[in-house]
Amino acid sequence: MFSYLANRLLVMVPTLLAISALVFIIIQLPPGDYLETMIGEMKARGEAVDLGQIESMRQQFGLDRSPVEQYFAWLGGMLQGDFGWSFEHRRPVSELIGERVALTVVVTAATIIFIWVVSFAIGTFVATRQYSVSDHIATLGGYLGLATPNFLLALVLMYLASEWFGLSIGGIMDNEVRELPWGWAKISSVLEHLWIPVIVIGTSGTAGMIRRLRANLLDELQKQYVVTGRAKGLPPTRLLWKYPLRVALNPFIADIGSILPEVVSGSAIVAIVLNLDITGRMLLEALRAQDMYLAGSFLMFLALLVVIGTLISDLLLALLDPRIRLGGGTTR
Amino acid sequence: MSAADTRDERLAHFVDDAPFEPAAEVALTPAQERFYMASQWKLMWWKLRRHRIAVASGIFLLALYVVAGFAEFFAPYELQHRDRRFIYAPPQSIQLFHEGRFVGPFVYGMRMQRDPETLQPLYKEDPGRIQELRFFCAGGYRGSEYAFWGGLFEGDFHLVCPARGGTLFLLGTDRLGRDMFSRILYGARVSMTIGLIGIVLSFALGIAIGGIAGYYGGWIDNIVQRAIEVLKSFPRLPLWMALSASLPVVWSPIWIFFGITIILAMLDWPGLARAVRSKLLSLREEDFAVAAQLMGARPPRIIGRHLVPSFASHLIASASLAIPEMILGETALSFLGLGLRPPITSWGVLLNEAQNIQAVVLYPWLMAPMVPVILVVLAFNFLGDGLRDAADPYK
Repeated sequence: MFSYLANRLLVMVPTLLAISALVFIIIQLPPGDYLETMIGEMKARGEAVDLGQIESMRQQFGLDRSPVEQYFAWLGGMLQGDFGWSFEHRRPVSELIGERVALTVVVTAATIIFIWVVSFAIGTFVATRQYSVSDHIATLGGYLGLATPNFLLALVLMYLASEWFGLSIGGIMDNEVRELPWGWAKISSVLEHLWIPVIVIGTSGTAGMIRRLRANLLDELQKQYVVTGRAKGLPPTRLLWKYPLRVALNPFIADIGSILPEVVSGSAIVAIVLNLDITGRMLLEALRAQDMYLAGSFLMFLALLVVIGTLISDLLLALLDPRIRLGGGTTR
Repeated sequence: MSAADTRDERLAHFVDDAPFEPAAEVALTPAQERFYMASQWKLMWWKLRRHRIAVASGIFLLALYVVAGFAEFFAPYELQHRDRRFIYAPPQSIQLFHEGRFVGPFVYGMRMQRDPETLQPLYKEDPGRIQELRFFCAGGYRGSEYAFWGGLFEGDFHLVCPARGGTLFLLGTDRLGRDMFSRILYGARVSMTIGLIGIVLSFALGIAIGGIAGYYGGWIDNIVQRAIEVLKSFPRLPLWMALSASLPVVWSPIWIFFGITIILAMLDWPGLARAVRSKLLSLREEDFAVAAQLMGARPPRIIGRHLVPSFASHLIASASLAIPEMILGETALSFLGLGLRPPITSWGVLLNEAQNIQAVVLYPWLMAPMVPVILVVLAFNFLGDGLRDAADPYK
């Protein structure tokens, strides 16, 4: 197990390096840099531009160096916990993103758990009642859930909430607790607001997962050992829980790798619509303003979230599924 | 006649001189014969035809493409036409009966009042003004003239027109008094083509890269696989956002359109490349591939002429499942204001107006473009499911 873990961690290093290079290229893509945008804005406002000061800022942020040097400086800084400087907010990036990053992790984890719980319940229910009314309803709902983009779902929910109940469902916490230090009041406020984004982000993932669980379970239910169990006189529920369900549960863990990018993607745009204090809006603004280190840190963090999530799912799978041989990575 | 005579006279060995037809012995019904003689594509078509929802979705999409192609004719108003008298006017519903009397399709005219407190304009239907719709009409009202396909010819012939001096806002108007229904029809043109162009690009990339990786194997395959893994582990939307935010501001809307299409395709090819690769890995060992190689065919010809056609049906199925993702991607980007820019109008650009929740609560018809988005995505998904089932007709 340890060698497997070490092996997986080792493989992660080049992946993360490639991702960081990609992120850096993307945030470098727009022509010019933030200082040029700033000069343009100052000129537009008719302010005098102090070229000397600009030049010293350029040196201070290393913008005068070659892109390769800048990349390694950025990478080295990140490894030491220094994510660079946000030009727009005039604060270190790490101060800005800390809380948002934590909340993003909370929302993502809650969404994954939501997907698991709901799709487990519905998937098992409909698979054991193939072609029944509830099965057809679930299938239709699944198609709709897959086809409705989550930001539109968020929009509709917000509209309905304000139309029917006259309340605003946006935000990740109440405004009163926003400035408070982290404590029970703040946490409970977050929990109260959490369910809407979780449902909105999780719907399409749940629909997909129900489909997969249903198909898997139907395959298993036709197998001979199930027939044997039934012939032996096992009660249906016990039979279901004891064997086929356990086999069919594999995608719950194995598919995190494909669901997680979707959930993280979804949380970014839903956060903008629902006005959540997670990565979404600040990333959008940073991208628009060419605030490169802020945008880069967000992108890097989102990718890291996916990579680590996939790692955890692989480890869990190795623990839970005895058919997976751990030596596979080294002796392939 | 004696008994000895009969013993000598043996029965001659019977040989039927009619030619032997084995096909006549194993009797095939005409239906069976038709089935066994049919080509692969014909079999797929028969199998697809049985999938009712897929066929219905295909017809729906085809109809929508026709409407999008002739949006100028189907839409009552021209794309940019503004009616300053009707800002944020609510939808007018088509009626058939007026006070129990049949009049044919008409709408009630609208009267503008101002809210006494907020001075906001309020539009009320006026039952006194019956505005009968005209069909197949040569416009002659403001906003009826159009330049077909941006200047192929000018015209003002429409499927349906408002009554003379009347209005026809089936889905209301936006903040500039532009007819939402007409704009959605025009928006279909952009939204539905961006998926098609994007899929062509992503196909070219996917087949080329996946083909090279699968055919050559070895270190090329290794590099491509790692690149695909990196791209796949990246959440798609933030990456799309970052890439489209990096498009230069000075570009014209039409360049932005192509830029966005390329960006959408750039993140879509990995899945396809992976499918192509795994198919090629198994197919290149087949006899016909080896035969082609021995005859001296070069790799591009072997891949393009012999290998790709043998799994083309799977590719088509996965294409029809990838198109809706691109449509959704464009909608999301334009909704955020990072995608297409006016005057290019797509459903996402229209939805951008619905980003402000206060406006949506006051004028809910701003959300209307969401309906065609969901319908089109659903239809493509159904069609794709049907195609995927039909792609392997021998099963």
